[in-house]
Amino acid sequence: MLAQLRPALAMITIFTLLTGVAYPLAMTGLLQVALPSSANGSLINRGNAIVGSKLIGQSFTSDRYFWPRPSSAGEKGYDAANSSGSNLGPISKKLIERVEGDVATLRKAGATTIPADAVTTSASGLDPHISPAFATLQIARVAGARKIPEAQIRALVEAAIERPALGLLGEPRVNLLQLNLALDAMRPEGAG
Amino acid sequence: MTFIGWLQIALVLGAVLVCAWPLGHYMARVFEGEKTILSPFLVPVERVFYGASGIKSNKEQSWRDYALAMLAFNAVGFVALYALMRLQTALPLNPQGFSGVAPDLAFNTAMSFVTNTNWQAYGGETTMSHLVQMAGLAVQNFLSAATGMALAIAVTRAFARSSAQTIGNFWVDMTRATLYVLLPLSVVLAIAFALTGVPQTLSGSIDATTLEGAKQTIALGPVASQEAIKQLGTNGGGFFNVNAAHPFENPNAWSNILSIWSMLLISTALTFTFGHMVGDRRQGTALLIAMYALLITATAIVYWAETSGNPLLAKSGVDIAAGNMEGKEVRFGQALSALYVVATTALSCGAVNTMHNSLMPLGGAVPLFLIQLGEILPGGVGSGLYGMLAIAILAVFIAGLMVGRTPEYLGKKIEAREMKLAMLALLILPLAILGFSATAVMLPTALQSLANAGPRGLTEILYAYSSASGNNGSAFAGLSANTPWYNTTLGISMLLGRFAYVVPVMAIAGALAAKKKVPASSGTFPTHGALFIGLLIGVILILGGLQYFPALALGPIVEHFLMLAGKTF
Repeated sequence: MLAQLRPALAMITIFTLLTGVAYPLAMTGLLQVALPSSANGSLINRGNAIVGSKLIGQSFTSDRYFWPRPSSAGEKGYDAANSSGSNLGPISKKLIERVEGDVATLRKAGATTIPADAVTTSASGLDPHISPAFATLQIARVAGARKIPEAQIRALVEAAIERPALGLLGEPRVNLLQLNLALDAMRPEGAG
Repeated sequence: MTFIGWLQIALVLGAVLVCAWPLGHYMARVFEGEKTILSPFLVPVERVFYGASGIKSNKEQSWRDYALAMLAFNAVGFVALYALMRLQTALPLNPQGFSGVAPDLAFNTAMSFVTNTNWQAYGGETTMSHLVQMAGLAVQNFLSAATGMALAIAVTRAFARSSAQTIGNFWVDMTRATLYVLLPLSVVLAIAFALTGVPQTLSGSIDATTLEGAKQTIALGPVASQEAIKQLGTNGGGFFNVNAAHPFENPNAWSNILSIWSMLLISTALTFTFGHMVGDRRQGTALLIAMYALLITATAIVYWAETSGNPLLAKSGVDIAAGNMEGKEVRFGQALSALYVVATTALSCGAVNTMHNSLMPLGGAVPLFLIQLGEILPGGVGSGLYGMLAIAILAVFIAGLMVGRTPEYLGKKIEAREMKLAMLALLILPLAILGFSATAVMLPTALQSLANAGPRGLTEILYAYSSASGNNGSAFAGLSANTPWYNTTLGISMLLGRFAYVVPVMAIAGALAAKKKVPASSGTFPTHGALFIGLLIGVILILGGLQYFPALALGPIVEHFLMLAGKTF
């Protein structure tokens, strides 16, 4: 074993420099130049302020916005420095109680059928999307809070639905931050 | 289950097979030292590496020297990684200012990455500096995969050669695996991931102000480069806590497909490499068919279980037409989430795009059982092939018993020594998994870590030790495993699952290489036909069932019936 120690030490050193330093730094350099937006996290600016990332969900609780799925990331949810799922199994009491609470909230806000994604937490706790069904059932509430005709909001939601790639890969979905930004763009904050 | 869903699954698996075929033959040429397209650039690089390390690249090793070199290399890698984590606070590239990693967690993590397990008892974005992620963890992502490939090639040579005393040179095999296969593929894949939106930056995090005026801190880092090798090398250790479910690791359907494709690629290709090197392509194809038959069956079960949805939620007034969405992301869909669950555990990858702890009872039983089968469908990079070969030896032995002839595999007589060694290797896993699980369920400190009560609690423990012993790394992640008890015992499980398994396998390789290849006769049991494939599948399932069915019955199976009865915990 001792005879193998020198090659072992030398090889670890060489490969650390190659795969642990040169490779990630070269990729960083290349991608920062070639794809600066996505390399830095697909951030979205409004005015001079960063309002979030296109890829990362955020919390919305006001009636004036479309709501996201429940989240287990961090204590309040949507903590993008602390991703986490609920890790509750299907027969967990905690899961059932949480779901029943969320179902009640949505019912109070006028929902009749509750799609599964509306009351379940995502794997990451940062899911940027909701299903078209969940977006649709929120139209009336948002329209009421903003005093905008439902048809206009519905058109906005329809336009925001992303289809599966090639009509096949992935699921139809709505990016929530982009939808809510479009809502704000319709009528500036405070004017409604 | 939908037609579109199955079409997606078929497309991904088809893409894997189409790319694995040329890659498999390319790897055979690389490891046989023949000229390849990259040779003009890489031969001089190799020469520098060997020169600087004092390695005689033309001198082959006996199985003992080969195994010793592998152990020395991994021991040094372990110490280096352990030191890096303990000292991260004093080292550069620590933008978030994380303190040094605690000794038990550092032991667990170093063992985890050296053994290609990538079990993570920590959240990446809250624990590890960029330096540790890049120069520590990512390095072992390459080297543990290269180690696995080298071992698989050495075992392949043992079958290919006749009356040989040597099985190759570990340093050369490991270097070539990294330079010719892992690194070039990683570069291409990292760029592809970046095109789908995966970030690659050295800054630590960014503060955003949400539309409702709250502050959101968004963790970032060199994700694309690490994502590429963690999938290709079937490592599975994520940059972020939730791994490939995190939108930065896996932003959309394209990245999801790339992610599944890249984790299956090399292990699948190695079956072609095997066929090429032993001089009979049908032998590699037979192994591949057995692997994929089980892989697709397992996918069907998970897909069915998850799209059925949770009846308890339906009772609470939820429309479960979309299936079980707890612990799943909207953008992936049920079909490719199911394929991901199966691929990551049929391999020894352990990356997840779905939280396994929120899978339906039977949907969660499948990944657990796949890990317990030894991750050979098609298994981890390298480890899948040599694991499958150990089972193949057992299968021909059983066939030999049935007809009363000395078993042969690829012209090598399988005798008492090889059988004893194969059994030794195959028994390590159940010993570690069931032994440690049984101990844990009797310890109050271990039970405090559970996230779920009832049968799922048992499954959490069983899954943890299966994942560690099988060098998988995925988890029923509610279990708070960052405790001295779990860090230590899971670390030991990983050690046993990798090295106590590999050393007997290398001894088999040594014994087989030394044997003369006997030509096939009319009495030889052909190991490329449907009969052998069926036998192989049967042995895999019966062996796994006998070992683990009692434990599975108390975990996911009883949970399924409790769910149907409407009982909660």
